[in-house]
Amino acid sequence: MLASRAGLIWLAPATAIAVLAGPVLAGLAGTVLPAFGYFPSLGGRALSLDPFAALLAWPGLPASVWLSLGPGLLATVLSLGFAVLICAGWQGTAVFRAIERALSPVLSVPHAAAAFGLAFLIAPSGWIARALAPLAGWQVPPDVLILHDPWGLSLVAGLVAKEVPFLVLMMLAALPQARPEQSRKVAQALGYGRAAGWLKTVFPRVYPQIRLPVYAVLAYSMSAVDVAMILGPTTPPPLSVQVLAWMHDPDLALRFQAAAGAVLQLALVLVALALWRGAEALVATLGRRWAEGGARRAAEGAVRAGGIAAAGLTGGAALLGLAALALWSAAGVWRFPALWPETLGPAAWMRHGPELAQPLRDTALIGLGAVALALVLALWCLEAEQRGLRPPGRTLSLIYLPLIVPQVAFLTGLQALAIGSGLDGGPGAVLVVHLVFVLPYVMLSLGDPYRAWDRRFGIAAAALGASPTRIFWRVRLPMLLRPVLTAAAVGFAVSVGQYLPTLLIGAGRVQTVTTEAVALASGGDRRVIGVYGIVQTAAALVPFALAIVLPAVLWRNRRGLRHG
Amino acid sequence: MSRFVTALAAGALALSGLPALAQPDPADWDAVLAEARGQTVYFNAWGGSDVVNGFIAWAGARVAEEYGVTLEHVKLSDTAEAVSRVLAEKTAGQTAGGAVDLIWINGENFAAMKQQRLLLEPWADSLPNWALTDPEGNTALTADFTVPTDGQEAPWGMAKLVFFHDTARIDTPPATMAALGDWSAAHPGRFTYPQPPDFHGSTFLKQALIELSAFPDLLEQPVPDDELYTLATGPLWTFLDGLTPNLWRQGRAYPQNASRQMQLLADGEIDIAFNFNPNEASNAIASGLLPDTVRSHVHDGGMIGNASFVAIPFNANAQAGAMVVANFLMSPEAQLRLADPTVWGLGTVLAVDKLKPEDQAAFAALPLGVATLPPQALGPTLPEPHPSWMVRLEQDWMQRYGVGQ
Amino acid sequence: MADRQTGLWLDGLTISHDGGLDLAIDAHVAPGAVLTVMGPSGAGKSTLLAAITGTLARGFAQTGRVVLDGRDLTGLPPEARHIGILFQDELLFPHLSVGGNLAFGLPASVRGRAARRARVGAALQEIGLAGFEDRDPATLSGGQRARVALMRMLLSDPCALLLDEAFSKLDTGLRAQMREMVFGFARDRGLPVVMVTHDPGDAEAAGGAMITLD
Repeated sequence: MLASRAGLIWLAPATAIAVLAGPVLAGLAGTVLPAFGYFPSLGGRALSLDPFAALLAWPGLPASVWLSLGPGLLATVLSLGFAVLICAGWQGTAVFRAIERALSPVLSVPHAAAAFGLAFLIAPSGWIARALAPLAGWQVPPDVLILHDPWGLSLVAGLVAKEVPFLVLMMLAALPQARPEQSRKVAQALGYGRAAGWLKTVFPRVYPQIRLPVYAVLAYSMSAVDVAMILGPTTPPPLSVQVLAWMHDPDLALRFQAAAGAVLQLALVLVALALWRGAEALVATLGRRWAEGGARRAAEGAVRAGGIAAAGLTGGAALLGLAALALWSAAGVWRFPALWPETLGPAAWMRHGPELAQPLRDTALIGLGAVALALVLALWCLEAEQRGLRPPGRTLSLIYLPLIVPQVAFLTGLQALAIGSGLDGGPGAVLVVHLVFVLPYVMLSLGDPYRAWDRRFGIAAAALGASPTRIFWRVRLPMLLRPVLTAAAVGFAVSVGQYLPTLLIGAGRVQTVTTEAVALASGGDRRVIGVYGIVQTAAALVPFALAIVLPAVLWRNRRGLRHG
Repeated sequence: MSRFVTALAAGALALSGLPALAQPDPADWDAVLAEARGQTVYFNAWGGSDVVNGFIAWAGARVAEEYGVTLEHVKLSDTAEAVSRVLAEKTAGQTAGGAVDLIWINGENFAAMKQQRLLLEPWADSLPNWALTDPEGNTALTADFTVPTDGQEAPWGMAKLVFFHDTARIDTPPATMAALGDWSAAHPGRFTYPQPPDFHGSTFLKQALIELSAFPDLLEQPVPDDELYTLATGPLWTFLDGLTPNLWRQGRAYPQNASRQMQLLADGEIDIAFNFNPNEASNAIASGLLPDTVRSHVHDGGMIGNASFVAIPFNANAQAGAMVVANFLMSPEAQLRLADPTVWGLGTVLAVDKLKPEDQAAFAALPLGVATLPPQALGPTLPEPHPSWMVRLEQDWMQRYGVGQ
Repeated sequence: MADRQTGLWLDGLTISHDGGLDLAIDAHVAPGAVLTVMGPSGAGKSTLLAAITGTLARGFAQTGRVVLDGRDLTGLPPEARHIGILFQDELLFPHLSVGGNLAFGLPASVRGRAARRARVGAALQEIGLAGFEDRDPATLSGGQRARVALMRMLLSDPCALLLDEAFSKLDTGLRAQMREMVFGFARDRGLPVVMVTHDPGDAEAAGGAMITLD
């Protein structure tokens, strides 16, 4: 009896790993084989190193590789640094609570929409330049290389604007376990400044919790395609963009080179992760020395100012970009150097509104389905871990594979596999592929609060005669309603944002607001981009709003659950 | 481990030996119509233009009414997505019931799909409405970038490269490539072209090559030996070497495609743009994107022109339905709407003198877009060079200008 | 040894962790009696309670038996042991009302909404909180919360009672009052009590046997 009950829950990690790592590994095989020349339908039947030779012969390779590594690492360092500044300087203050509230809308903006918004802010013909134009006397936009700059700085800015809120969210989830208030009080009683105390006592305990999200940020920043296409350099572009271009080249022989490039991209991510890992050890040693050195202050004013500046810059960029999208969606003629559109009207909304119903419905169905499955799997795994049936850690960390492996490295292989097994082309298949990306994020958001839950509630309930199942449903889940809903909202936002997986596995027949948005955006009409950017954001924002409103309504008479 | 890999490869990548179903024969059109009724055709076409999307939606409503065919527009951001899809299906051994029924295609993509045998056997020149075209008079209908179409794709619109300029900023636009170079030198940073291998960017290279080369006849043949190639393209590279520092952003960044280039014109970042649709500027003015001071111009000696086609993949699911749609797109009704500048404004593929008198009158009565040049002002149409030129030009451009300096 | 058929019997109980012996205990607590366990932090007091409730964490190995009223509890899941426990924190479920917390403790064998409500109402009256059913537990005073936690546990019909520093957070006056109430209920119902504490005052008030772990 006991064994069989345990047996069922034992399956949890195995199931999750199969659902997530399986497709990634299978997809990787479908990329690695062509990289070594095996692609029978294009006549490649023997293994060879020719694709890599062709890749190495491409003159843009060194720059492309550098544009994957440099901006990727820089964006990650800056994102983590900004997130730490915000938390170190302001955690536990009213300002921090305001920042927390602003997180949801910022997190809801899809990467591509945020990139478009940022592009319109910083372009030489953008809002900032328009504001400066009367002062500078510009009649035409200045010919300065801001977007698509060869150093990838615009790209870094776009990535940082999206990744800082994500890392702050992850820190928020991890913080309660580190009991920051206690540590801060103790440190302040010992004469440490707020920031110094936080950095020396809280951060070392929070970092291991957010290590995985940081790795995900690094892998994403190095291999993102959409943001890089909108903001990144083009002569040459970062490797992932070039790989996609080869995959889309009419010359089908370039598919081999593309596959080799995808393998190289994966290798680059692994190398960067190894570098990061090494840097972690170094920083830890230096940090310990600093912590034990007894210095009571860490440039307190600078940290606090830096924190507020970081929050203002990233949040401001995302929200102003969103405002720009909203304005464009209703703009008639709007030319440089006008600060506002000459005419405003609902024309774009009238034209695209009716077409939105069906993609919105499918987006919702697929997102809800993927999130529901992800929640079931995540809770199942976490509950199994909590019941001590299996040590957590290494094996389960395989489910984070989809966050680390660049999409260009496994999606085409996965598509071939899906077609081969006859599983593609429908919303169901798309839902399963979304699950691959949704589950890791749900797990990341939910894991910390789930583990931080005071286990003594469970012991007290068990002592009252409640079975583990009853404790799960009646005590743990209701108490964790807020983090569960937040995880669901994060997962839904991830699902809404999926482009390539939806396109490749849905055979183009499954249309979500994002596939429509990307197709229509290829026409470059900012009004259309504005409409779809706003709709995408709204689609992702609704669950975030529910995650805030629902617990507030349900627990309106429960002060013990009102926090944060 | 190696056995695992082999097994996986066999499962994932091996070709299946399943025979394809018999292909519908357009010669027996009634049978095709009967088979098509009730079918759903997934038309994979670029979705970046409201104008095009609106036209396809209209065509969908009409074929549903007339033939009981449901047309689903799969909006692509890049035609290559559909090519990749068919390739992936072939890779996975799916020889029937494919997801793509009809693709808007031409040039390199057609050449690649034809060469890889990813297209249905000849059908287009047996369509009933093919009789309304004049393949002898309009060779672009049977030679797509000089590659014989062999009935594997059906034309549905004529495109021609046209430049746009804002008359509020430019009085007399450059009328030759060399003049464009001089103009750029006098107005640095005010011109750019989409980054090859973007379709429009590569077309700009070809237009420049045709205008500048001393041996334009060579271009009809596949790329010759290196010596001749160097001789033929030398003036082009000299021209581009001179032009690049005067481009927008000194040529250190390029717009990704013609839409982005058009946006730059709208933002006032550049003064000259171009497009394959002669009516594009009028459309952009109508939608409020461009100011109504924008006008079109062409280069002396003519501009590159070609036809847009639709093709059916070898494993398409609704082959009969796809043929019915292709035939409808070539009908006088559809062509009139396509050529209407208030709808789209593309050139017709039909030989107007072969049509019924009332259709001829309707074509004659079509208005002209505000920024569109009348047919006689468009000048001669230059044929596309052989696709191998485009491939080679793109490679060399990438080496010279596309990988940083 | 006949008396070991009633009460709580820790029969040659040893607990080791990663191969090292944590504690060894052999004791019997008669119905209504209190066994006080004292000792410095880290001496294994909480581990002992976890072994009795069946919630030992991974990595702990246990030998010997826990026998309650002649029933061998070893290997039973926590919810089947009928052992109530009070912590220093009351651990009232924050999402349930005061009445809901009590009803959570009430066995399912009490059927019918009306009957359950009546039992909860009577229990509230018993601890001087009549009419508190719909209150949010977070709005109660410390003493009120402690009483609700005690009553919630008693409603689950436990056969033994564990106290894990249960009084250490209460101020002196309240502490005496709660001790009296808890020990009184235990005596009335004949429940064996194991109390882990730092406070010699607790041990004095309990008046039973005392073990010191080290």
